Amino acid sequence: MKVKMLSRNPDNYVRETKLDLQRVPRNYDPTLHPFEVPREYVRALNATKLERVFAKPFLASLDGHRDGVNCLAKHPKSLGTVLSGACDGEVRIWNLTKRNCIRTIQAHEGFVRGICTRFCGSSFFTVGDDKTVKQWKMEGPGIGEEEEPLHTILGKTVYTGIDHHWKEGIFATCGQQVDIWDEQKTSPICSMTWGYDSISSVKFNPIETFLLGSCASDRNIVLYDMRQATPLKKVILDMRTNTICWNPMEAFIFTAANEDYNLYTFDMRALDTPVMVHMDHVSAVLDVDYSPTGKEFVSASFDKSIRIFPVDKSRSREVYHTKRMQHVICVKWTSDSKYIMCGSDEMNIRLWKANASEKLGVLTSREKAAKDYNEKLKEKFRYHPHIKRIARHRHLPKPIYSQIQEQRVMKEARRRKEVNRLKHSKPGSVPMVSEKKKHVVAVVK
Amino acid sequence: MSRIRAAKSLLALREQEELEDLPNDYPSSTSEDEGDGGGERKHQKLLEAISSLDGKNRRKLAERSEASLKVSEFTVSSEGSGERLALSDLLEPVKTSSSLATVKKQLNRVKSKKTVELPLNKEEVERIHREVAFNKTSQTLSKWDPIVQKNRQAEQLVFPLMKEQSAFAPIEHVLNGWKARTPLEQEIFNLLSKNKQPVTDPLLTPVEKASLKAMSLEEAKMRRAELQRARALQSYYEARARREKKIKSKKYHRVLKKGKAKKALKEFETLRKTDPAAALEELEKLEKARMMERMSLKHQNSGKWAKSKAIMAKYDLEARQAMQDQLARNKELTQKVQMASESEEEEGGEEEGDLVPDAVNEAHMTADGLNPWMVGNHSSDAKEAEIQKDPEQLPEPMANEASESEEEEIPVAEEEILLKEFEERRSLRKKSGLNQDAKPVGRQETKDSSTQEVLSELRALSQKLNKDNRQRRKQDVGSVRTVLSVPREGPAAEEEEPQLLQRPERAQTLEELEELSKEGCFQNEEFPRPASEGQQLESNNQPSAPKKKMKEQMIDLQNILTTKSPSVKSLAVPTIEELEDEQEREQKQMIKEAFAGDDVIRDFLKEKREAVEASKPKDVDLTLPGWGEWGGVGLKPSAKKRRRFLIKAPEGPPRKDKNLPNVIINEKRNIHAAAHQVRVLPYPFTHHQQFERTIQTPIGSTWNTQRAFQKLTTPKVVTKPGHIIKPIKAEDVGYRSSSRSDLSVIQRNPKQLSIRHKKQLKKD
Repeated sequence: MKVKMLSRNPDNYVRETKLDLQRVPRNYDPTLHPFEVPREYVRALNATKLERVFAKPFLASLDGHRDGVNCLAKHPKSLGTVLSGACDGEVRIWNLTKRNCIRTIQAHEGFVRGICTRFCGSSFFTVGDDKTVKQWKMEGPGIGEEEEPLHTILGKTVYTGIDHHWKEGIFATCGQQVDIWDEQKTSPICSMTWGYDSISSVKFNPIETFLLGSCASDRNIVLYDMRQATPLKKVILDMRTNTICWNPMEAFIFTAANEDYNLYTFDMRALDTPVMVHMDHVSAVLDVDYSPTGKEFVSASFDKSIRIFPVDKSRSREVYHTKRMQHVICVKWTSDSKYIMCGSDEMNIRLWKANASEKLGVLTSREKAAKDYNEKLKEKFRYHPHIKRIARHRHLPKPIYSQIQEQRVMKEARRRKEVNRLKHSKPGSVPMVSEKKKHVVAVVK
Repeated sequence: MSRIRAAKSLLALREQEELEDLPNDYPSSTSEDEGDGGGERKHQKLLEAISSLDGKNRRKLAERSEASLKVSEFTVSSEGSGERLALSDLLEPVKTSSSLATVKKQLNRVKSKKTVELPLNKEEVERIHREVAFNKTSQTLSKWDPIVQKNRQAEQLVFPLMKEQSAFAPIEHVLNGWKARTPLEQEIFNLLSKNKQPVTDPLLTPVEKASLKAMSLEEAKMRRAELQRARALQSYYEARARREKKIKSKKYHRVLKKGKAKKALKEFETLRKTDPAAALEELEKLEKARMMERMSLKHQNSGKWAKSKAIMAKYDLEARQAMQDQLARNKELTQKVQMASESEEEEGGEEEGDLVPDAVNEAHMTADGLNPWMVGNHSSDAKEAEIQKDPEQLPEPMANEASESEEEEIPVAEEEILLKEFEERRSLRKKSGLNQDAKPVGRQETKDSSTQEVLSELRALSQKLNKDNRQRRKQDVGSVRTVLSVPREGPAAEEEEPQLLQRPERAQTLEELEELSKEGCFQNEEFPRPASEGQQLESNNQPSAPKKKMKEQMIDLQNILTTKSPSVKSLAVPTIEELEDEQEREQKQMIKEAFAGDDVIRDFLKEKREAVEASKPKDVDLTLPGWGEWGGVGLKPSAKKRRRFLIKAPEGPPRKDKNLPNVIINEKRNIHAAAHQVRVLPYPFTHHQQFERTIQTPIGSTWNTQRAFQKLTTPKVVTKPGHIIKPIKAEDVGYRSSSRSDLSVIQRNPKQLSIRHKKQLKKD
C-alpha cells in the first residue's frame, strides 16, 4: 500500500524575507465567513468616518501680492509653476514645491485682466487695463538685464481677457470684440463680434482648437469658429455669465459660471437646454476650471468659498473655505488633477487638495488596496442613511449656512407658487417648465 | 390731310405702346392694329378722332397736365403711358392666327421668367453664414460622440491617456557618451580593456570575431551535426531515465538494486583477482563510507522523515517497517567490512553445523506433510501441548537462523522460507478440502476459536521475523559459543518473552480460549480430530497470509471486540454491528436521562403560539356600559349590545411562518435596524431586488479571491502623481487630426476681416 502524502510547494508558504507577511491560506467557503453585508456595512461606515476625520484639504497659502489676485495661469509643462496677476498690475510666478515666489513683474498699470501661457511654456501673455497686450519670457532676465516684455501691442480699447491657442502661435483677446492674433503680427488677423456689449472672457476649445467661446455682459454666451471667422450661435441666459470653461475630455461640453449663483453645463450643439444646472453657491460664481480628467470642475464664488462639482451631478461634492479667504476671483485645477489653486481678494493664492482626505505621497500597495476597497465600500453603501449623512456633512461659515437656508425657503416658496398657479389654472394654459430650461432666455442663430 | 395725320398719330401711338413690351426686331404689321380691344378710354379717343374727320369739330389738343419728357410732335400726350400694357392685351389677337405660333411661344417664355429679387440685408446674410458654419462644426464635433460615450461608461480610465513612448536607443549610442569618472569605474574600465572586452562597441570581442572568421562552412556543418547527435542521445537517455524513475513498482526497484549490488560484488571479485591494489582501494572507500556513516546521523531515525514516520508507526505497519529498514541500513553501513565478514563466515559455518540436525528434522517433518507442533498437540493431551508448545515452536526459528546465517547478505531469503512453509500448508489444505466439507456445522465454535489461534500464530511468525533480523545481529556480534552452550530452552525463552511483551494478555487469552474449545470438542466428539483439521483451519487463512500482516491492525481491533464479549456467549453469531447499535442506543438513553427535565419542543411551540396570538389584530369593543340600560357595579352590558358594538378586526395577511413548524418569523419592523436601512429605492435602480443584489455581493477580500478582489475594487479614475494630463487629442483615440493648421486656414480665408474692423483700420 502506498501512502499518498499531501505535499505543498514551499514557494507557496515560505517568505522570501523576514519582513514579508506570512502568507495565510484562505478558505473562501461562505459558511465560514457569515454576515458579509453587515460586516461590510460597518467597514463602509468606518471608512466614511475616517474620510471625514482625515479631510484636511488646505495645504498652503502663497502670499506676496499687494492687491487682490485677479487671474491665474498654469504652466503647460511644469507642474510646480504657477503664474498670477493682481489688481495692481503685478504678475508673479510661483514655485509650488517650495511655495515661494520666484519672479515678480510689474506688467501693467491698473488691473492685470488676463494671463495665459503659450502652449510650449516658453512665454506668457498678459492683458491689462492699460489697453496693452504684452508677451513675456518665462525665464527671468539675466543679471543686469531689465525686466522687459518680448512684445507689446497697444490696442484701442481695454482688453478684458486673453487665451492662447492650444497648438499654434495664435491667441485671442476679448474686449469690445473677439480678436484673434498671430503672434508675429501687431494687428489681429481676424476679429469677430456679435452684439455691442463688452466681452468679459474668451476661451479656446482644447480639443477642437478652432472653436472659441466667449461671454459678454449682455448675458449671452457666444461661440465662434476661428477657421470660418464667424460666430456660430449665441445663447442668452437669465443673468450675466462671468466665464466659461471647456471640458478637456469632451469636445462639445463647456460650463458657464453665472451671476445667478449657478453653473450651467452645455452641450454646444444643443444650447437651448443645458445638460446640467449646478447649484450650491450662494453668490455669484466668478470662475470655473475643469479637472484635467474632465470628470469634475471647481468653481470660485463671491460667497468666499470654492466648490467641486462632478460634471454629471447638480450638487457639489465638496466645499472649501477658510476664515481668511475673501471673495474668490480665480481658480485653477492643476494639470495632474491632484490640487486646486484659488486666488482671492485678500491677496493670497491658496493651494488645496482636490481630494480632501487623500494621503499625499507614495502609497504602498497595501495602502492602495485598502484605499480602493474603502472607496468602493463608500460607493456601494452611499445610499444608506447613516453613511449618507456622514459623507455629506460639511461645516460651513455662518453667512453661507444662513444664506443656504434662506435660499431654500425662497426656492420652496417659488415652487409652491408655481404649483399653485398650475393647479388653479386651466389645464394646459400654464406650461410646466423644467428647471434646466428655466434659465435659458433664448438661443440666437 | 388732317384725317391722315390723325390716323398716323394713332398708329404711332400703337407702335410706341407695342415697343414698350416687345423687342424691336418683331415684325410689325397693320393687321395687328385692327380690332383694337383696348380699354374704354381708347375706344372713346378713337371715336373722337373719327368724328373729327368730318371737319366740323376741330380736334382738341390733348391737355398736358404734367411735365413729360416725351413730347410727341403729333401732339400725342403720354397720358396713357403710366398704365402698363399687359402682355395678355397683345396676345389676344394673336390667338386667332396660327401663323404666329413662334412669337406666341417666345412671349409665353417671357411671361414665365421672373425678375431677380433684391439682395438680402447684411444681418440676414450673416445669420445664414452662421447657421451654415454651426451645422458644419456640429458635424465635425459629433465624431467625438462615441469616444465621449465610451469614456463616460468606462469601468476605469487611466490618465494620462497617451503613454509616452520611451525612445529605445541602441546601447552603443548610450555608451558612446559614457566615460569612466570614478576610480572604481576606471578600474573596471581598465580591467575590461586589458581583457580586450569591448566597452564602447559591445558587439564582439576580438576572439569572438577571430573565431567567427576561422571556422569554415564545412567544419561548422560537421560540428553542428555532431552537436545535434549528442543532444539527441542525451535527450534519449534523459527520457529513459525519466521513464524508469516513474516506475512505481517496488519489486522492480528491488530487483534493480539487487542487480546492481551483485554486479558491484562481481566487479569487486574480479578486481580482487586481477588487481588487488584497486580492490584494496575499493575496500578503503567502503571503510571511509562506514566512517562517514558512523559520524553522521543519517540513518539514526533522528531526521525529519524518521520523526514523521515515528508518529505514523503507531498506525502504520509499513512505516514501522521503513524505520526498521533504515536502522538496519545504518547497521549494515557501520559494519566493519573485511575482517568482520571473514569471521562471520566462519561463525556461520559453525552455527550451521550445529543446527543442521534440527533443520533436517524440520525439513523431514514438512515433507511428511505434518506440522511438527500440531502433531505434538494431537498426540499428547491439551495440557501437555501447552507446556510443550514453547519448546516446539523453537526449532523453526532456530532453523531459520541457520539458513539466514548462510545468506547474510540477502535477508529476504528468510521470508522466502516462510512463504515456502505457507505454500506447503496450503497444499495440505487442498488435500483435506473434502474432509472439511463433510464436517458438521456444529463445529463452528471450534473453527472460530481456531482461526483466532491461527491469527496469533501468524502474528507471532511475523514478529519473529522482525526480531530475527535484530537478534541475528546480536548473535553475530556476540559469541556463538554462548548460544550453543545454552540449552535449547534458553534462547527460546528469550525469544518468547519480548513477543509476549509486545502482545499482552490477548494472545494468552486467545490461547486459553483455544484450549477451552479444543477440550470441548474433544469431549463432544467420539473420534479425535486429526491434526489435519487444525492445519486446514489454519490454511483457511493462509492464502492471504502476506496481506494479513498488513491488515494486522484491523484484525487486532476485531480481536479486541470479540474478546471483550463474554466468552460464555455463543460464539456462533458475534457481529460487530449489533454491538454498535447497542452502544448508540445506550448513548441515546444517556442523553435522554441527562435532559429529562427540559421539554424544549413544547416550550418552543408555546412560544410560537403566543407570538401568533400577539400578532393577530385585535377586535375593538365600543360598548359603553350604562348607555341605554342600567349600569353600575356588577352589571354587564347585554350580549346583544356587545355584539352590536364590537368591531371585528380584519384578518391580517397570513404569517410567513405559517407553514414552517420549526421557525418563528418576527414580522414587526425593527426600529433600530430601520435607522440603518435605505428607505427609498435609489435613482438608477428600477427594482428593489436589483439594489439588494448589489448590496449583497461582498467585495472584500474576506469573501473573494485576491484577483476578484482586485477586480472589484479597481478605481474608476487612475491618475499618476506628478504626470501632466493633457487634453484628449484626435490622435490619441485613433482619429486623423486635421492636417491643415488653424492659422493657415484663417489666412487663406478671403473674408477674414469684418467690415467693421476694416473701417477701424481705415480710420487709423
